[in-house]
Amino acid sequence: MLELRDITAGYERKQPVVSGVSLTVGVGESVGLLGPSGCGKSTLARVAALLHRPEGGMVVMDGETVRAWRHRAPRELRTAFGVIFQQPRLSADPRLKLADLIAEPLRATGRRTEAAASVAQWAPAVGLTADLLARRPHEVSDGQLQRACLARALVLSPRWLICDEMTAMLDASTTAALVQAVEDYRARTGAGLLAVGHDRTLLERWCDRTVRWSELREATGQAGLPDPAR
Amino acid sequence: MNAQDTTAPLLSVRGLSVRFRMRGGGQVEAVSGASFDLAPGSCLALVGESGCGKSVLASALLGLLPGNAETAGTAHLAGRTPDEPAVELLTASEQQLARTIRGRRVGLVPQSPAAHLTPVRTVRAQLEETVRELTGRRGTRSALRAAAEAAAERAAFPLDHLDRYPHQLSGGLAQRAASALALVGDARLLLADEPTTGLDRDLVERTVDALRRHADDGRALLMITHDLAAAERIADRVAVMYAGRLVELADATDFFGARGPRHPYARGLLDALPDRGFTPIPGLPPELGALPAGCAFAARCDRATDRCTTLPALSGGVACHHPVGEPATAGALVKEPGRARTA
Repeated sequence: MLELRDITAGYERKQPVVSGVSLTVGVGESVGLLGPSGCGKSTLARVAALLHRPEGGMVVMDGETVRAWRHRAPRELRTAFGVIFQQPRLSADPRLKLADLIAEPLRATGRRTEAAASVAQWAPAVGLTADLLARRPHEVSDGQLQRACLARALVLSPRWLICDEMTAMLDASTTAALVQAVEDYRARTGAGLLAVGHDRTLLERWCDRTVRWSELREATGQAGLPDPAR
Repeated sequence: MNAQDTTAPLLSVRGLSVRFRMRGGGQVEAVSGASFDLAPGSCLALVGESGCGKSVLASALLGLLPGNAETAGTAHLAGRTPDEPAVELLTASEQQLARTIRGRRVGLVPQSPAAHLTPVRTVRAQLEETVRELTGRRGTRSALRAAAEAAAERAAFPLDHLDRYPHQLSGGLAQRAASALALVGDARLLLADEPTTGLDRDLVERTVDALRRHADDGRALLMITHDLAAAERIADRVAVMYAGRLVELADATDFFGARGPRHPYARGLLDALPDRGFTPIPGLPPELGALPAGCAFAARCDRATDRCTTLPALSGGVACHHPVGEPATAGALVKEPGRARTA
């Protein structure tokens, strides 16, 4: 179980973007978190993926309280999460061929020797063909690059997937294909999913349960923060 | 082509092709033989997967292609007044494009507005500069300030955010700032290149409705998008692009309504929507540098036969040897004159 308890987080002192929010994702459960642009849902997703240290509150993963974030987090906690971001261009090293991009987490965790076999396994699972694997990000479309980013997120077999607007840049067909790849992985491994987005139709179709950002805040009794988008 | 609009088109594109010469002698056929008309007061949505050539088409119309591009065909922008003579966009000189076309007669609402805005200057500074450049309005400081604020208001950009820098804006506000800049020159033709990417549904609808209002004010709007819901909300007509070719050109109500798309690719695209089948089209689109000789969709198509090894021409609004449903009559593509749209 992944528990976010009373999380307060932000980027500047005394200006929290997320204030006192709690959310729980059960084992193998898929939860869609719906909210408008700029509401703080991505920040919460980053906290959950151990990529952003909250100012207050707790993250508890399978009963273990998380005490460190980012590079300070112990490897076995960090690698329990696979994260897919909204913009594949901003989350892919432009110098790497797609095959190397997918294998990057293996190299970073000292499992370089498994790279070739893993790439051969994961590329077809996300619909990438062999000729694309030899290309660099500028030589493929957004959809193809996002497929590679998904394969990269799956390559260490994470127990949790955090998808932060994974399909916001993509066309309908690529969206459906990526969601299918995520669900195939979850069906096989029982991984839990937190999918953050603004597309209600998509998240309701995709996830076991969808939660609205406004409900989260009401449930935790927090006064609304000013919404910068309104 | 079809008599699609009762009013004379503002933009007439015929046989537009864009090729990129690549190092090593190869070439990428980004756009092949695109033809369409766009009348004032109407909106054409150009839809297709990422990488299918949609944005290249828009860049070609603005003369913003890189140096290794070759264009063919015509793109005729009609004149309105003696000050604004008719112009052929594909052959116009850079000087003519820069001084009389871009921003003045053709406005661009860009993809990723955050990247389009100058990061080190406030929205107000950028709007004032654009007003000064495009309208030649020198005048007093306060006149410039008022004109910039009026431009911001037209795009529903909140005035109390004008002194912010682009990184301090949410995606929706950055989009409105970019729209405000595009509207300053009062261009009659607006090209919106994926204007709703990354926005939430609420903001997509507001952005799209705002664009629709600009079309209803008598502008011609070409909206390039992969967001079919946004296209349905805004468009009078839909053009579907696949692997650089227009494969279907249809009335929006037919396309999204009971009749549905006639090209198998367009059907697959609609059926991938989460409120429909949510099933992806199998396979990946072909490389634009290595297109097959026949129909580019045949490899992914369940209706493909031997005939599909020859290239289908766009006739009756669809470029397919085995389109879904009955062949369209000529009347099926005629837009009803003055059809009021409630977006």
